[in-house]
Amino acid sequence: MLNLLSIITFTPAIAAAILAIFLRGDDEAAQMNAKWVALVATLATFAASLILLVGFDPQDTGFQFVEEHDWIMGFTYKMGVDGISILFVMLTTALMPITIGACWNVTHRVKDYMIAFLLLETLMIGVFTALDLVLFYLFFEAGLIPMFLIIGIWGGKDRIYAAFKFFLYTFLGSVLMLVAMIAMYVDAGTTDIPTLLTHQFDAGTFSLMGWQVVGGMQTLLWLAFFASFAVKMPMWPVHTWLPDAHVQAPTAGSVILAAVLLKMGGYGFLRFSLPMFPVASDIFAPLVLWLSAIAIVYTSLVALMQEDMKKLIAYSSVAHMGFVTMGIFAANQQGLDGAIFQMISHGFISGALFLAVGVIYDRMHTREIAAYGGLINRMPVYAAVFLLFTMANVGLPGTSGFVGEFLTFLGVYQVNTWVAFVAATGVILSAGYALWLFRRVVMGELIKEALKGIKDMDRREKLLITPLAVMTLLLGVYPALVTDIIGPSVAALVQGHELALQAHEAASQLAQN
Amino acid sequence: MIGADLYTALPEIVLALFAMAALMVGVYGGKDKLAEPILWATAALMVLLALFVGSKGLEEQTAFNGMYLADAFAHFSKMVILISAAVVLVMGQGYMAARGLLKFEYPILIALSVVGMMLMVSSGDLIALYMGLELQSLALYVVATMNRDSARSTEAGLKYFILGALASGLLLYGASLTYGYAGTTLFAGIVSTISEDGMSIGLLMGLAFMLAGLAFKVSAVPFHMWTPDVYEGAPTPVTAFFATAPKVAAMALIARVVHEAFGTVPGDWSQIIAFLAAGSMFVGAIAAIGQRNIKRLMAYSSISHMGFALVGLAAGTAQGVQGMLVYMAIYVTMNIGVFAFILMMERDGKAVVDIEALRMYSKAEPLRALALLVLMFSLAGVPPLVGFFGKFYVLWAAVQAGMTWLAVAGVIASVIGAFYYLRIVYYMYFGAETEPLDQMRAPVQSTLLVASAAIMVLGVINLFGVEGLAELAASALVK
Repeated sequence: MLNLLSIITFTPAIAAAILAIFLRGDDEAAQMNAKWVALVATLATFAASLILLVGFDPQDTGFQFVEEHDWIMGFTYKMGVDGISILFVMLTTALMPITIGACWNVTHRVKDYMIAFLLLETLMIGVFTALDLVLFYLFFEAGLIPMFLIIGIWGGKDRIYAAFKFFLYTFLGSVLMLVAMIAMYVDAGTTDIPTLLTHQFDAGTFSLMGWQVVGGMQTLLWLAFFASFAVKMPMWPVHTWLPDAHVQAPTAGSVILAAVLLKMGGYGFLRFSLPMFPVASDIFAPLVLWLSAIAIVYTSLVALMQEDMKKLIAYSSVAHMGFVTMGIFAANQQGLDGAIFQMISHGFISGALFLAVGVIYDRMHTREIAAYGGLINRMPVYAAVFLLFTMANVGLPGTSGFVGEFLTFLGVYQVNTWVAFVAATGVILSAGYALWLFRRVVMGELIKEALKGIKDMDRREKLLITPLAVMTLLLGVYPALVTDIIGPSVAALVQGHELALQAHEAASQLAQN
Repeated sequence: MIGADLYTALPEIVLALFAMAALMVGVYGGKDKLAEPILWATAALMVLLALFVGSKGLEEQTAFNGMYLADAFAHFSKMVILISAAVVLVMGQGYMAARGLLKFEYPILIALSVVGMMLMVSSGDLIALYMGLELQSLALYVVATMNRDSARSTEAGLKYFILGALASGLLLYGASLTYGYAGTTLFAGIVSTISEDGMSIGLLMGLAFMLAGLAFKVSAVPFHMWTPDVYEGAPTPVTAFFATAPKVAAMALIARVVHEAFGTVPGDWSQIIAFLAAGSMFVGAIAAIGQRNIKRLMAYSSISHMGFALVGLAAGTAQGVQGMLVYMAIYVTMNIGVFAFILMMERDGKAVVDIEALRMYSKAEPLRALALLVLMFSLAGVPPLVGFFGKFYVLWAAVQAGMTWLAVAGVIASVIGAFYYLRIVYYMYFGAETEPLDQMRAPVQSTLLVASAAIMVLGVINLFGVEGLAELAASALVK
């Protein structure tokens, strides 16, 4: 299977092309056909990615399943996965069939909707498998186009504002990264990521327009990459696009946005910032740690006061991503393990929460918390599911949310105790907003007239949410499923990071003497 | 000797003779009844000449004592000019005919201006340069006023003429200063004077004035004021022509002058060009936001794109020239697609230019809307569309030449510019509904629109080899 990664990446795109070319008409039969094609394609992609997982050797810390072809301008079409990226590929392929299932009730321009999601899947997988800077940038940026359309065409009332904000915000972040990539290409003479991982970018202090730039070129490159990934992540204070986008996006769009698109920022930090610019990462680590801690506390407080369910979950996502950045820039084994674990687990949990909101939104067509109450009386299954994921979101032991948070705390505590302390208070707040949400929506007496006829989850909805529940619990009680795969690669990353820092230290000592 | 010289300049001579012959046939023959056959013949001849020029490949010849240069750089530019001119002629034929504007002079004037452009990119001497430029400009002034009964069209032509004459004056003044201080009009001679005696202040003034005149022709800021008015006033096919071939010719001419005549002192001109580039990128991006008229919008868009192409030239290296050539080839392809679309914007048989008319266009014409969506994202420079690679090339050249600030300015301008391209997508896909446009059957235009969009998507594989050709062309110019 030499081309396995290309097959996984481009199967959805081919399905999208088939839909675009061959499917005609917009009647019910055509709509069902579009949905089935999309579902089959995403399931096939998932099956292919399982082969990838089975064939993957966690002990090998290099890139596996590598394919390479020449491309324009001396770039290469190079793909491969290592312990850090493979689980993101799996997360994407596993969630896509669920996402497609979540839009089963859509009737507005179904064909276009399916095409947009299939293309988006190709682009997301491409981000995690690309091993060439420009190829990575291509996938990373191109994802904006389908997402812009998904929010814009199928979104809620203020979708136009949200779509523009989403696009321009993230576009501005990533074009600076483009300039940095060009500078790296000029400096290293290649865009090959494995080669760049071993290339040492200059970290000597120089002066720029009268400013002393400590960490030299690495600092500037790091900042440019940070501009892109911090927006994508999103980190406080550049997170404001996310609540808007989430609230306006359709359910399936929210699921994919929270579960996969947000992970691109974290993946970028792991793949580029930390290993390629170790000195700059070290310089900026305190800044990132404190930004993360602020994000966790601040967005939890903001989440507490939300009146819109989706907005609340969106803010809680920002808080959870704060744990991720915190873990990454702790730059030790526990922190990085925790960060990756947290991303995977957040993928399942937030996806499930948005699905759960979608379930009642489909029935009542409102996301306002005040419009609900006492759902447990008529929707016992829904109440149980919602409770499970609320608890997982809080980080209850036994769910995957706990493992990620615990590991990142463990990592950060070794580096900066105060940050760990501040972030820990955020956990209390997260229990506050999540439980309060649960109380207001699910518990109590069913007194609202409109809710008297509401029906419990149907078979399709149960089917969609079951795998997410299983994964949340499974990873909660047996985290080795993830850490065994990422462990060796993370260990290699940490080791390389420390070696690079020591080398820099030694070099600057030498320069002083 | 003269025979060899004439043979070297054969493409220009053939096209010029053809234009004169066609003029005679037109005048003494059927007048406007012959317009259509003449138009087709002109387009066919241009394509043939493009093939002929292309077959010369890497040959390097000079003629008329160095006044005329035929090298890979000239060949590349001529191919782009000829093919885009032929396509624009064919594309606009239906529009002109439907409005009674298809006069037999139209293809002839276009052919003459193309002769001027070919001379421009081949010039090795200030006088040849000026001759080519004026031949091109005079023909363009007339086509701008093609719609004689429209006040806007005549106004556009007059504005273009007056401002164009001013620019020509600046250029001529610069050329005479250069001649005065270098003692020769030959580019090769200017270069050797500079390397012997250094760059004198007079030469510097001459260079600055010439660049000002040339900047007018590519509508670079601060010499861009004419562009929106002329784009708006001229008949749409003529606007499409303005946006494509002349821009390539003028851009290639700037590259020719700065590298061939002042190639040894890049520091003296790259600052000027960098200033023009940064100004154009920002003004083009910001001023277009307020535009509702799609032709004016495209005018500002082209100003911004010229800024990007100038970034490549500002680098002052072979990579920069290569980037500029790739950029221009991509830019021309995109603009042909977009103008093919604008030609199809009609309501009740009348041309519409308001972008609000595109609201929910995707419902009525899904394929065309999709093609325009691709082109808009490509113009905005969003990967994986080919427009991104054009930007990548010039930014790469700028960073490599140590002009990172210019690259940063460029990407920020491109984000600002993305807004108005996105707005067109927004109107087409999720705007409120409005009175729909006519469902036109326009096979030529829709084919061109879809083909141009397809190129933008499929080009990601290997850019159709343009990259390699541009590299050869650039290395012929920058030694």
